[in-house]
Amino acid sequence: MENIKLTFKFSKKIKIVLGSLILFGLIALAYGILNFSSEKVWSALVLNSVNFVTISLGATFFIAIHIITQSGWHVSLQRIPEAISMYLPIGAIILILMIFGINHVYHWTHEIHHDPVISGKEAYLNIPFFVIRLVIYLSVWTLLTLKLRKLSKNSDIDDGLKFYNKSRTYAALFLVFFAISIVIFAWDWLMSIEAHWFSTLFGWYVMAGVIVKSFALIIIVLAILRSLGYFEFITTDNIHDLARYLFSFGIFWMYLWFSQFMLIWYANLPEETFYFVKRVENYKFLFLLNVVLNFAIPFLVLIVRKFRRILWIVTSMAVIVFMGQWVDQYLMIFPGSMKEVQSIGFFDIGLTIGFFGLFLWVVLKSLTKANLLPENHPYLNESFHYKNI
Amino acid sequence: MEISGYYDREANLLDAVKKLRENNISIKDVFSPYPVHGLDLAMGLKRSWLPKAAFVGGAIGAISGFGLQAWVFTRAYPINIGGKPFLSVPSFIPVTFECAILFAALSIVLAYLFKSNLGAGADNKIYDERATDDHFVVVLDASNFVHNDAEKIKMKLEETGALDIKYHN
Repeated sequence: MENIKLTFKFSKKIKIVLGSLILFGLIALAYGILNFSSEKVWSALVLNSVNFVTISLGATFFIAIHIITQSGWHVSLQRIPEAISMYLPIGAIILILMIFGINHVYHWTHEIHHDPVISGKEAYLNIPFFVIRLVIYLSVWTLLTLKLRKLSKNSDIDDGLKFYNKSRTYAALFLVFFAISIVIFAWDWLMSIEAHWFSTLFGWYVMAGVIVKSFALIIIVLAILRSLGYFEFITTDNIHDLARYLFSFGIFWMYLWFSQFMLIWYANLPEETFYFVKRVENYKFLFLLNVVLNFAIPFLVLIVRKFRRILWIVTSMAVIVFMGQWVDQYLMIFPGSMKEVQSIGFFDIGLTIGFFGLFLWVVLKSLTKANLLPENHPYLNESFHYKNI
Repeated sequence: MEISGYYDREANLLDAVKKLRENNISIKDVFSPYPVHGLDLAMGLKRSWLPKAAFVGGAIGAISGFGLQAWVFTRAYPINIGGKPFLSVPSFIPVTFECAILFAALSIVLAYLFKSNLGAGADNKIYDERATDDHFVVVLDASNFVHNDAEKIKMKLEETGALDIKYHN
């Protein structure tokens, strides 16, 4: 255990790399503002801020679900999702800034009195209530995330069991609130882009996507840290379990995606089908790519047990799933907010790279603020010694 | 000829299996009333091929489920349902999925019964009734042994805490 690095050093070299990623994103943003309509720029900003906020939220979900189930396998890598969840306050501020652009993305904000369908939904879809809801769930998410992180950090200096028992209450509160609020979040930020359309499954489908992409990001961050020489103590069985999560939640996502699609396709009601008609006709390639990236490739690769235990294969699957979820989010937002058919270019990808740089900066920064191993955690030993079948 | 040793504790059993293997005494089989953790590792068993049987069964199920529907709805008995095309893939997916699950599950059951020589008409030797209640049985194949070997093995079994040792013909 002597050679293992237990604290993370945020070296200048990494800072320069991440800084240039952020700069790249800013250049892409400037390029977008100069070349494209405000609708496109704001849509891309909404896409990325929603994407990364929900990823850090999913990391808190990861921590909370393992506290509440009293599981021990994840303890040696617990500081990674904790660090990812620390992006939440910053992501929340960025998401609040998106309110200035909602006129450009959400057509219900300005068509409310000319459109009988939207004015029928006015009691829910109006800007003040939208902002109130946003502030409520962002603040509860942030408070519970910070609380869980603080309890975990405190366990480093004091008795671990005491803080662990305390954190169970907050984890339970978070999970209940998360399950309800993520659905409302999905209605507000993603479904209301197509304000005429509705799908009762939409919230769960978004939730499945949120969970799978935050698990993918945990694997990606783990792989980055491994390549920098940290987290050498992660066992093959830990990687195996993370890969299983990626595999099983990928299937769960596919199940919900297909359930939503098939019921709408079968019932064939015009007020529901137009959502898919738009996407299949104008974005056929992305529509199929979505299923291939999110389900077909990871399913066929991760079904092999041997592959689930090899970090680079699992990481490349995580990258594919992350891209797939990005495409999924793109298909939720762009066909709704833009009248003309769009194509993905330098601007969309560059902006995401910039956001990713910022995200990783915050994650690595918060990794430095605590030990890489929660040494007083009551289940720490289990995570080194258990074996997977 | 076979020699069987009887144990009443998991720890003793695992210990005995390890010791016998260290002494190059090959174990024919171990019988236990319930699954013992780590026993397969101690016995040096290979990984089970049941997952592969499940995958093959599932793939056959998916293909035949899809094929059946495609054949029925395009060749055998085409019906216009809700104005959809005869070969409408989304509506075939649920049945395809269920067939994949059904075939995978059944193929595991059959492969398991085949591999462990269970099922109808199987004739398995019961070494001792206690193996179905509260004892663990280690069975060694002794057909190639000379007299001295059997004595040595008997000693080894006693060393590892066997409560009882039996010879079978």
